[in-house]
Amino acid sequence: MTDQNRRLLLDERAVERTLARMAREIVERAGSIESLVLLGIQRRGVQLTERLAAEIERAEGVRPASGTLDITLYRDDLMAIGPRPVVGETRLPSGGIDGRVVVIVDDVCYTGRTARAALDELADFGRPARIYLCVLVDRGGRELPIQPDIVGLTVETTAGQRVDVLVPELDGRLAVELVSPAREVE
Amino acid sequence: MTPRPLLLRGGRVVDPSQGIDDVLDVLLVDGTVARLGRGLEAPEHAEVRNVSGLVVCPGLIDLHVHLREPGGERKETIESGARAAAAGGFTAVCAMPNTDPPVDDPAAVGFVRAQGMRAGYARVYPVAAVSVGQRGERLAAIGEMVDAGAVAISDDGRPVSDAGLMRLALEYAQTFGIPVANHCEELSLSRGGSMNEGLVSTRLGLQGIPNAAEDVMIARDLLLAELTGGRLHIQHVSTRRGVEMIRAAKERGVPVTAEVTPHHLTLTDEAVDGYRTEAKVNPPLRTAEDVAALREGLADGTLDVLATDHAPHHYDEKEQAFDDAPFGMVGLETALGIALTELVRKGVLTLSQLVDRMSCGPARAFRLPGGTLAVGSPADVTVIDLDAEWIVDPDKFLSKSRNTPFAGWKLVGQAALTIVGGRVVWDREVGPR
Amino acid sequence: MQVDTALGKDLVGLEPLSAAQIRAILDTAEPFKEISERAIKKVPVLRGKTIVNLFFEPSTRTRISFEFAEKRLSADTVNISAVGSSVAKGETLVDTARNLEAMKIDMVVIRHGSSGAARFLADRIESNVINAGDGRHEHPTQALLDMLTIRDHLGRLEGVRVCIVGDILHSRVARSNIWGLTKMGAEVAVCGPRTLMPPYVTELGVQQFSRIEEAIEWADVLNVLRLQLERMQAGYVPSLREYNRFFGVTRARLLRAPRPLLILHPGPMNRGVEIDSDVADGPHSVILDQVTNGIAVRMAVLYLLAGGAPERAEAAKSAPEAV
Repeated sequence: MTDQNRRLLLDERAVERTLARMAREIVERAGSIESLVLLGIQRRGVQLTERLAAEIERAEGVRPASGTLDITLYRDDLMAIGPRPVVGETRLPSGGIDGRVVVIVDDVCYTGRTARAALDELADFGRPARIYLCVLVDRGGRELPIQPDIVGLTVETTAGQRVDVLVPELDGRLAVELVSPAREVE
Repeated sequence: MTPRPLLLRGGRVVDPSQGIDDVLDVLLVDGTVARLGRGLEAPEHAEVRNVSGLVVCPGLIDLHVHLREPGGERKETIESGARAAAAGGFTAVCAMPNTDPPVDDPAAVGFVRAQGMRAGYARVYPVAAVSVGQRGERLAAIGEMVDAGAVAISDDGRPVSDAGLMRLALEYAQTFGIPVANHCEELSLSRGGSMNEGLVSTRLGLQGIPNAAEDVMIARDLLLAELTGGRLHIQHVSTRRGVEMIRAAKERGVPVTAEVTPHHLTLTDEAVDGYRTEAKVNPPLRTAEDVAALREGLADGTLDVLATDHAPHHYDEKEQAFDDAPFGMVGLETALGIALTELVRKGVLTLSQLVDRMSCGPARAFRLPGGTLAVGSPADVTVIDLDAEWIVDPDKFLSKSRNTPFAGWKLVGQAALTIVGGRVVWDREVGPR
Repeated sequence: MQVDTALGKDLVGLEPLSAAQIRAILDTAEPFKEISERAIKKVPVLRGKTIVNLFFEPSTRTRISFEFAEKRLSADTVNISAVGSSVAKGETLVDTARNLEAMKIDMVVIRHGSSGAARFLADRIESNVINAGDGRHEHPTQALLDMLTIRDHLGRLEGVRVCIVGDILHSRVARSNIWGLTKMGAEVAVCGPRTLMPPYVTELGVQQFSRIEEAIEWADVLNVLRLQLERMQAGYVPSLREYNRFFGVTRARLLRAPRPLLILHPGPMNRGVEIDSDVADGPHSVILDQVTNGIAVRMAVLYLLAGGAPERAEAAKSAPEAV
């Protein structure tokens, strides 16, 4: 049970290429950088947002506004999950989100519940003109009618598996890995 | 109606008043001790009980109980209290007067006495109030109350705060040959307190009652007893200085006797931790140093008497925030077991010393009949099983109340038979009548 | 996530908590401060939960602070004020507990005049119980907000010298602060008239100063307690003027301090008695920060306790995180 199989899906170079492509897609959809706001979902969505914002700045010469969103307090399973999770920082850029194009950035989209929580939280902050969902990996397994608009990698997974997005700031390297449980005894 | 003659065969007779500790038969006839000896023959119509392996001693006497009647019958009545006493091995108890109304006139004294006799378990000796209404202002009609059967006077519940009144009481009581029993507490030092003043009270945020609150009045009363030559009985001593002062006073020849409770000999203020109201008592449970000094004092005779200060309270009243709960715990049904387990078995007292402190000593202090198995004395006998193992279960108490911190304690030793005036009033094989 | 910092069912005091648990509460309070800055000061965390504020003693600021905290977490709140009742306090407490149990209240915040009352209630009902002050025993959320305020301004608690000044004998704020600060590694001292000092207080791990000048010389932080009028009436101190003269925190005294002092006060203040106005309103006073932090700390406590039964932690360990 403790043994796990890890398979590399994207190495560092592949992740960077994918993020570059995603950054261009974001700019295409948003139309203008000035109205764009990237909001990274704690925790790894934050690091990805940093990279996307840097990419956009490299390509367009202007860095889009960005912030962080912690959705812990909006989780639909908050009271059921034993000890309270730590609540991270939520910080919106000055100028808020009213009338702007908000791109929610997360590492993995699975059941869709995180995105739902993020939408609820955003509703308490204001009324964007448009919201896009941007994820590095879409692993399928949706439990809600929610679809990401900008996707880096699509991979089919089973319930027992996990997709890990690793970032240097927290994990020491940049990569995407698929984690499967060790083969069970028949 | 006189009971049948009763022969107790083969028990180990422990009677410190006669220096006896031997296997002997005891014959009780017409309500008195008729003979002690080996191989006694049972007279006609006698009831014979085989008590070999058990201890036979003069009946235990508790000088300090609260029977709550009149006025507090919800918590205890004279009957339920006397029955609980018998189950605890006591052949006699002295009932404190802080009832509602208080026992401060001869009619009330007569009432308590009559109720005790009607119940027919342990003897109930009324203690009368020192002052009218126990208000501490004027002496009550002490002579008349003694005539009606009071064996001592006390304003217990409260101290006699006014030194002048205490002096008068000590002087006046001498005419009638009774002691003045005082609950020593300087109220201006204990005001607002609900437990011992110490580290525990600081941690719990409760107002404390310092040792000095008791010592200050013990000192005062010893000096007044010395001044007047009156007989002083100090109730429920709980402090080490108290023991020291009593010892020194006795050495000077002051006519004082003193009592200590089983809970003060076994528990400290740590027992209150968690705001346990069962451990809320006045005087409060104190520190390990005080407990050690009390044990020493009981062993060397400075403290003459073990008395329970049996204070029943309804569970409603004890189920309150600590400050609001009343002081007191029941004790009649646990005293002997606690004493045997925690004092005799642990080497603090010999069995003979314990019998003295629970029977001979009390009888001497209040000049009561009993406290001895000398031929001709009342047939009040307690038969003790030293080896009986039992667990304190308040739900099984015969008392109406259950407030004790000893619930669940494993004890060794209990009364097997309690005999008053030659009649068996408690037989643990049979249970309550 | 960290099972050993789970708080269990109730917050009755700081004495039973570990340093890790206290730290978890303070850390959790930080993000909750941000919510009070938003335009919509509400998160759905306690939506559908019922919380009763059961106050047997009068209190404006603590009750309001709890109420804001509860409402900002979207809980439904009910205030019950049993102040000044001539009915035996204790009787009401047991029956109140039973009634609350019967009404299936989720959480109870209780303030009561008897030490031990919070524990008394917590032992008898299944709802989460938060102690908002029981007699002289503890006022844990006050000490937590005091510690958060100190930590915010000085960056740490370890090694910080905090002196609590005033009527320590009757103070639950003092006791909770003593427990909390010593556990977090701060150095704690108390200062006040001997008549208002609890016996054996140094055995709680604190130093004792008999003069305010010594305290000011030593401390980094002063937590100034309110002197209640009843203490003078009961004769513990001869007069309020005398108290101010010898124990008041005045600007003149602070000017002689060797380093800048942080000034805290649990409120409400007796200006001119334990603290002078120019100190309370001055640059070193963080009294208003305490108020802000109070709401955040209380939100954190409610968040951490709500529905928090330790058994659930076991179940959560094996449940996959929904993404």
